[in-house]
Amino acid sequence: MQKAWRNFAGEKWLDEVNMRQFIQDNYTSYDGDASFLEEPTEATNKLWGLLKDLQKQERAKGGVLDMETEVVSSMTAYGPGYIGEGTKELEKVVGLQTDKPLKRAFMPYGGIKMAEQACTTYGYEPSEKLHEIFTKYCKTHNDGVFDAYTDEMKLVRHNHILTGLPDTYGRGRIVGDYRRVALYGVDFLINEKAKDLRNCGDGTMTEEIIRLREEISMQIKALREMKEMASIYGYDISQPANDAREAVQWLYFGYLAAIKTQNGAAMSVGRISTFLDIYIQRDLQEGTLTEKEAQELIDHLVMKFRMVKFARIPSYNQLFSGDPVWATLEVAGLGMDGRSMVTKNDFRFLHTLENMGPSPEPNLTVLYSSRLPKHFKDYAAKISISTSSIQYENDDVMRPIWGDDYSICCCVSATQTGKEMQFFGARANLAKCLVYAISGGVDSKTREQCGPAYRPIEGDVVTYDEFMPRFMDMMEWLAGVYVNTLNLIHYMHDKYFYEAAELALIDTDVRRTFATGIAGFSHVVDSISAIKYAKVNIIRDETGFPIEFKTEGDFPRYGNDDDRADDIAVWLLKTFMNMIRKHHTYRHSEPTTSILTITSNVVYGKFTGNMPDGRPAGAPLAPGANPSYGAEQNGLLASLNSTAKLPYEYALDGISNTQTISQMLLDMMKRNVSTRLLV
Amino acid sequence: MLRVHSVESFGSVDGPGIRFVIFLKGCAMRCRYCHNPDTWDRAGGNLRSVDDVLSQALRYRSYWGDKGGITVSGGEALLQVRPLTELFRKAKALGVNTCLDTSAQPFSRKENFFPAFEQLMHFTDLVLLDIKHIDSDAHKQLTGWDNRGILDCARYLSDIHKPVWIRYVLVPGINDDDESLHRYRAFLDTLDNVERVEVLPYHSLGVYKWEQLGIPYTLKEVEPPTEESLRHVRKILTE
Repeated sequence: MQKAWRNFAGEKWLDEVNMRQFIQDNYTSYDGDASFLEEPTEATNKLWGLLKDLQKQERAKGGVLDMETEVVSSMTAYGPGYIGEGTKELEKVVGLQTDKPLKRAFMPYGGIKMAEQACTTYGYEPSEKLHEIFTKYCKTHNDGVFDAYTDEMKLVRHNHILTGLPDTYGRGRIVGDYRRVALYGVDFLINEKAKDLRNCGDGTMTEEIIRLREEISMQIKALREMKEMASIYGYDISQPANDAREAVQWLYFGYLAAIKTQNGAAMSVGRISTFLDIYIQRDLQEGTLTEKEAQELIDHLVMKFRMVKFARIPSYNQLFSGDPVWATLEVAGLGMDGRSMVTKNDFRFLHTLENMGPSPEPNLTVLYSSRLPKHFKDYAAKISISTSSIQYENDDVMRPIWGDDYSICCCVSATQTGKEMQFFGARANLAKCLVYAISGGVDSKTREQCGPAYRPIEGDVVTYDEFMPRFMDMMEWLAGVYVNTLNLIHYMHDKYFYEAAELALIDTDVRRTFATGIAGFSHVVDSISAIKYAKVNIIRDETGFPIEFKTEGDFPRYGNDDDRADDIAVWLLKTFMNMIRKHHTYRHSEPTTSILTITSNVVYGKFTGNMPDGRPAGAPLAPGANPSYGAEQNGLLASLNSTAKLPYEYALDGISNTQTISQMLLDMMKRNVSTRLLV
Repeated sequence: MLRVHSVESFGSVDGPGIRFVIFLKGCAMRCRYCHNPDTWDRAGGNLRSVDDVLSQALRYRSYWGDKGGITVSGGEALLQVRPLTELFRKAKALGVNTCLDTSAQPFSRKENFFPAFEQLMHFTDLVLLDIKHIDSDAHKQLTGWDNRGILDCARYLSDIHKPVWIRYVLVPGINDDDESLHRYRAFLDTLDNVERVEVLPYHSLGVYKWEQLGIPYTLKEVEPPTEESLRHVRKILTE
């Protein structure tokens, strides 16, 4: 066995890529407490100090510190860059997206217009030469999409019944298995891809085979470029990493390749904690690394994840409430054999929030099971209370479906690391669809005939019997135009903005999921409930348009653990998902859906009219699968019980119920004292 | 039947662990700082069967862990002592931890109450007992009732060794003087069942309810206690 793999156990992962097997064969689970953790080193404090200062300047400058206008981003577009003058020796993990920290790269392949608009928004002058190149000689994803869009697709987009579509920027949500760079070295990966290229197809050149052959070649080129990128920083990543420091650096180079070439809406890091612990553990045992140095490595890696930036346009920032990267990184979880996958490294990653203060990125995510070691749960809870920077996801629900080596590719959506990719599909606004069912496809905001001109409801009352068949028809229409719009977008993204670096670190025979999404979920459920259990009167404007609804009587609302409303919720999810499933999905991808709008509900709501559940026009939609604002009457657990009734198998892209617990309540819980205000 | 004001599925501050809290309607006390005056009136609310309330509570059992369970609060829960006893009896039969949150105002040793209370205690794991002032006159000033029955209840609970958490809402200028606090402490020291003493800061979040109900609020000028004064009072009462 080669030296880099000394003292590693197992055989199955030796001559072919098998990360999961390597981890299962080698990790050391840790049940102890947090007392082993170390404070930040001097180098960490110095670097983090510099970075904090830069972040301050960035905020003072209106959100962008510096921006590239002359150089098109690529893995090798720049020479080496460091956090500060002369900090090269201090940085245990090196590599910047551009030549300077927090400087945003120019990424035109998603769409030149957007890339230029991002520049001008922040007072930078886009390059004329690049403008010429990307309008005359080189086509972008955005161009491709608009060349092929049908009139109907443009109409639904313009009316915001489909919103947030990835047709002007990178689709993201593809998590390269960056660990492969460390364990195998890039040459091994190139060899594997070369084998795949030789074995691709039987000689018959179908469109599918031609495309795949081209893509594998692009992946191999990307791997070569990755090596070149590393050599700019003085590293040779052609061979496997020899020790923990190299493993961390190699892995980061893999991720750096992704964020230098793609500006996806989510650029997740993946499940790297347990993997890296194996290297740290070996070094600790060999006496070549101290705990202090191990923590420093993780601190520096996390610092790099905190620095990821993309140039965005204002409407993007509105949609996502800022410019998040969703550099999601998982810790904990259980193995399929029932062993806890918590290692000391999972503590170290959470400890970065103490060593360097709270931070939204990387999006540290605990894959939670009630069977995780108690000490780890206690520590995570403690860090959650002090920093509000940890996300929890239900491993017990996801593990049976995705196994024990999945990553979160955005904020919620699971994906098997190195085995799968997602076609990110934004959301269909079902709240608008419900109003279309009443108005006969006319949009309340633009008054355009956006949906098909089906028969509207003509009376003064929305009756259940009249409404339901119309709503079903309208949803069928929406599902069709939605899936087809996404088919087209992802065809063009593959063609003009292919994620060669990330897909080079994923199996060639990749499983693709087609991730649709639902916005306005609870409002639709409550509105249907109002129509069913109360009397919904239509108020029409002078043109006869159903502009408002006056609902008389009580009706059950989703979020109170009341089956009458929750059954409608389950029905809605299943019905819409089954409608999605009827359609052809691009590249034989597996359709999924999500109910997890976390940030975009404000924008979606702005374009949505009055609804029968009482939600006024323009008000934000409730996020994800949350109850509507004010609907919840029985407290948090009732709301969670309602959400828990939604079958995950129908929403494999994820379901979210976002809750804020006020600082006051937290204080009370800490002291365990309170007087309760009943509302 | 229980007359219910509302329920809370995620009670995290009314007894140990995560609890399903049932707030009953009706209270005879008229505490000047009450933040839920909408529970005073014995009429109104939802008239619900014990089984209905219990089966709703049990939907949250999986969240309770080892420590959680149900808490009945109010209003004043003891005004409905008979259906409450039935609820706790049925809950205990299912192994559910039961907690009573009370001001003990209805407590007496008279025949029309005491036997029922004795029975209730048989099915109660923990009592959260509010003693709002140690001085009977001041107590009457503050709540409209003297505290003799309340202190008697505390003594009785001590005699039967029923675990109790004492709750004390600290209202600046009303019950924060050292003299009464030391007397309060001396009284607590005569009891042998006090597991915990919680000092809760007065707050004015419920004032809007007084306004809605058209009742004049007499503590408008009172500010919540400072951290320092809370620490001071906790020291006297707990250390």
